Amino acid sequence: MTLLVVAEHDHQTFKPSLLQVLTAAQAIGGDIHVLVAGNGVEAVARAVSALPGVAVVKLAQGSHLEEGNAENLAALVKMLAPGYTHVLAAASASGKNWMPRLAALLDVALIADIVRVESADTFTRPIYAGSVWATYRSTEAIKLITVRSTAFDALSAGEGQAPLEPVEAGKDENLSRRVSLALTASTRPELESARVVVSGGRGLGSAERFHALLEPLADKLNAALGASRAAVDLGYVSNDYQVGQTGKVVAPELYIAVGISGAIQHLAGMKSSRVIVAINKDPDAPIFAVADYGLVGDLNELVPALTAALPAA
Amino acid sequence: MKVLVPVKRVLDYNIKARPKADGSSVELSGLKMSMNPFDEIALEAAIRLKEAGQAAEVLAVSCGTQASQETLRTALALGADRALLVESTIDLQPLAVAKLLHAVALRESPGLVLCGKQAIDDDANQTGQMLAALLGWAQATFASRLELKDSGEAWVTREIDGGLETLAVRLPAVITADLRLNEPRFATLPNIMKAKKKPLETLTPEMLQVEVQPRLTLLRVSEPPERAGGIKVADVAELVDRLKHQSKVL
Repeated sequence: MTLLVVAEHDHQTFKPSLLQVLTAAQAIGGDIHVLVAGNGVEAVARAVSALPGVAVVKLAQGSHLEEGNAENLAALVKMLAPGYTHVLAAASASGKNWMPRLAALLDVALIADIVRVESADTFTRPIYAGSVWATYRSTEAIKLITVRSTAFDALSAGEGQAPLEPVEAGKDENLSRRVSLALTASTRPELESARVVVSGGRGLGSAERFHALLEPLADKLNAALGASRAAVDLGYVSNDYQVGQTGKVVAPELYIAVGISGAIQHLAGMKSSRVIVAINKDPDAPIFAVADYGLVGDLNELVPALTAALPAA
Repeated sequence: MKVLVPVKRVLDYNIKARPKADGSSVELSGLKMSMNPFDEIALEAAIRLKEAGQAAEVLAVSCGTQASQETLRTALALGADRALLVESTIDLQPLAVAKLLHAVALRESPGLVLCGKQAIDDDANQTGQMLAALLGWAQATFASRLELKDSGEAWVTREIDGGLETLAVRLPAVITADLRLNEPRFATLPNIMKAKKKPLETLTPEMLQVEVQPRLTLLRVSEPPERAGGIKVADVAELVDRLKHQSKVL
């Protein structure tokens, strides 16, 4: 078996999720090749080649690959896929965008968002917002898989020396172009890879209080900030903070839910966290059913008290 | 321009899904079914394009059992002009649905397909992208804003990791709706009555010459691993102490 893992990157470095996708690839077994596609991404490819367990790094470069355009990336991977038994990528906004397109181009079914590798052809994935897990077997010649990165441990560090092999970059499908890109500037860790996440909900009451109460707590813990759908809908924070079925799925070491009642759709995005703390005034809030430690009371008093009780970061 | 909107009948948003006792599938019998919420958002976007004079006709399409007629009647009550059911009792997986929609699109020649980004039952998030590939069209997924330009492009703002991206896609295209594209309307009683008279056509995969057998074998469904129940702590001091000494996360 030979597997192709498609690396996600920002043109400077590969995304941390690559280390988790590689762990999933190792659980499947076989030789692992990694594709780095972009423009001016030699440094990313070199960093990938130093990862343990990577046999070959394929490097595809062209201006039409610079923006991670789904049409061009799917067309490129379609050319490479026939040499592989499996193609894997992270189930991120990017992977979810281009991988199904590749699947249709290859006339192959895709198993999306896996949380477990049962064997080389059998995988488990959550359905119904994580209320149920479904286990599927694929008899397709090429198994296409997107990986829920937070369900796998990151590959432990090691030394690799994979050769770099340039490959044909394909052509520009010329179906779409990027007009603008507005990335949220933040000095905090990324939500999906942070060790600690502090998340706020409707109970915060206003955007001002969301930031006034949660930012100092997040500062102390060097945490990423998250939010429930209600908090996003109420305009406390922008949509890329949303944790849940339709937002980001996180599994940090510590998840602190403040003023979040715990709708199924929110729990779907955070219940795999190692330790969950819930702070809520309603003792019957469903969030307490998944919380390791629940604190019932007024978050306006409890959150500053918690912040003050923590050692400085 | 004609806008095609695929709609799926799914277990209602407010009901917690459970596996059947034998683990063969999810228990659906006797439970409330509704239109997939993301499809409602896509449909709303299509209806607004029609109201703005940018679309001539809204065609709702569903692939599934006869019961999906109910979902299509809802689509008609909300403002779709016409409905089409591709009737099948087979478990239709995303690639099969994409192929059926591809066949329908070849027959209907829409200028735009507006889908929900995912169905809340299988959470697959695949069908729209697959359809775009089969048609050789551009795709713009996870749309939170949509604007049709006179140039024959759609400008779509997409919710991506870390922020927002705006794409200009050449039409015809497939666009998939995210949560914040709009807030769908409710059907009014007069419109529900009127919807009963709107045309609803039924086709089959055989008529469209599409092979829809499942490509993946569902071995079992199960409850996810349960979290062990936690405790309520008395105060902040106890919380910090337990985080430090019990779970050792601080």
